[in-house]
Amino acid sequence: MRITNRSVSTRLALVLGALPCILLGIVYAVASHFRRLENPADKILPSLEAMGAAFWRAAFVPDRRSGDLLLWTDTIDSLFRLGVGMGVSTLIALSLGIAIGFIPHVRATLAPFVASISLIPPITVLPILFIVFGLGETSRIMLIVVGTAPVMVRATAQAVIDIPRELIIKAETLGAGVWQTVVRVVLPQILPKLVTAIRLGLVPAWIFLISAEAIVSTSGLGYRIFLVRRFLAMDLILPYVVWITVLAYLIDRLLLALSRRAFRWHHIGGDSL
Amino acid sequence: MSDTVCLRVTNLFKSYGTMPVLERVNLSVEAGTFCTIVGASGCGKSTFLRMLLSQERPTRGTILLDGEPLPDEPTPDRGIVFQRYSVFPHLTVTENLILAAELDASPGLGRLFGAARKKRKEAVDNLLETIGLKAARDRYPAQLSGGMQQRLAIAQALSKKPKILLLDEPFGALDPGIRADMHTLILDLWQDRSMTIFMVTHDIQEAFKLGTRMLVFDKLRHDPHQPDAYGATITYDLPLAKDSSRSPPSAEALFPAHPVS
Repeated sequence: MRITNRSVSTRLALVLGALPCILLGIVYAVASHFRRLENPADKILPSLEAMGAAFWRAAFVPDRRSGDLLLWTDTIDSLFRLGVGMGVSTLIALSLGIAIGFIPHVRATLAPFVASISLIPPITVLPILFIVFGLGETSRIMLIVVGTAPVMVRATAQAVIDIPRELIIKAETLGAGVWQTVVRVVLPQILPKLVTAIRLGLVPAWIFLISAEAIVSTSGLGYRIFLVRRFLAMDLILPYVVWITVLAYLIDRLLLALSRRAFRWHHIGGDSL
Repeated sequence: MSDTVCLRVTNLFKSYGTMPVLERVNLSVEAGTFCTIVGASGCGKSTFLRMLLSQERPTRGTILLDGEPLPDEPTPDRGIVFQRYSVFPHLTVTENLILAAELDASPGLGRLFGAARKKRKEAVDNLLETIGLKAARDRYPAQLSGGMQQRLAIAQALSKKPKILLLDEPFGALDPGIRADMHTLILDLWQDRSMTIFMVTHDIQEAFKLGTRMLVFDKLRHDPHQPDAYGATITYDLPLAKDSSRSPPSAEALFPAHPVS
């Protein structure tokens, strides 16, 4: 049979899916081994044990200077910034997105504006944010908002426009006013797509979070990896990168699970990654 | 059936840009009529229905409903069933049916809770039985067959007791067997509620079977070099005796210029 027509069993798919990760691990372990054969003090490719030890110290040994468990304080600080930033973006996306998508006058007024705003590279407004909001928490959160909200507004507005006109008309013939149509038809129809917009928005949100923390911060996951970079501490940077990836992955899966649970009607067709 | 004129269309024109779609449509329909509308694709029969719904506005001419000009936007006095997207996919069967009552009772949220909601749900029990969806009451539309979805759509469209029910090729996507069931359902509902129905269909047999009056939309004038030069109008207006056993005329007789595909 042609290879394009052969199906993959569930178990084989699991094995095949794990294969690249295992291969990467082996390649790393071998490369690290040979580097350390030449120079036992090598810092660029630390051994898996060294990384494990560094991660353990960050997670369970109180910092000598502050007495904090660095991994957890960093994680909580970063997730707080990410959560508040995405929360603000989501509220903006919902209110503006529905207004733009549903009311022609608002669309004519704001759609071109939002479209141009969303094209500003967010990192270029970072100095402005620092000047306006100071070097505190607000600036870091605002960077996430500036980086994600415009795109999420556009995605939400498009989701509203994509609602079949028939459904809106049907609601009108059932006696629904504008506000009632928003809360009973438009909002429930776009919420699953809003979750998708949040999941996609989280990708740039992480970038801006780490950037903001790298530039101005005294805590957070991004602050930590840029801090220890000065000491070539790859044994901590690499586990932190993996940890950030795991967090991002878990949040993404959590949102998908939430969407599946709360908007069962949307997932009946069996779409969505 | 009363003899009062329910709907009066006078000298209706509709064009998109410079392209006329409908021209000089004149019609007066009595209350209680089951009016079927047939015509070739693109002859403007769906446009006509959308104007009856106020989804589109006439370029010229007037439509009077019970002597009053039609409102500028869709209102509860005209129910609609589309071929697709007629029911709300995020609501279960029961929720779809009680939506109109919820909107009525709760201006702010359009939603009822607790006992009030339960009461509304119980109130649609009989209706669920009539449309054969009792067992499927808690399913979402995506879990229903096409015929079940359209039965739900019809029942939902009737929940505000509209004066006029508009049907835009409602059975076009259904299997022939299921279609026959739907015919029985719609005829029963029509007789029970003595309303006026306008139904667009591309199935002439269906138009004859269901209607008490059949309108044929077609172009009177035809320019072979410029097919879009003229709009369509009502070329045949046939009263149909409900108990007639005569066979319908052939499509060729009704559409001399371009046979129905």
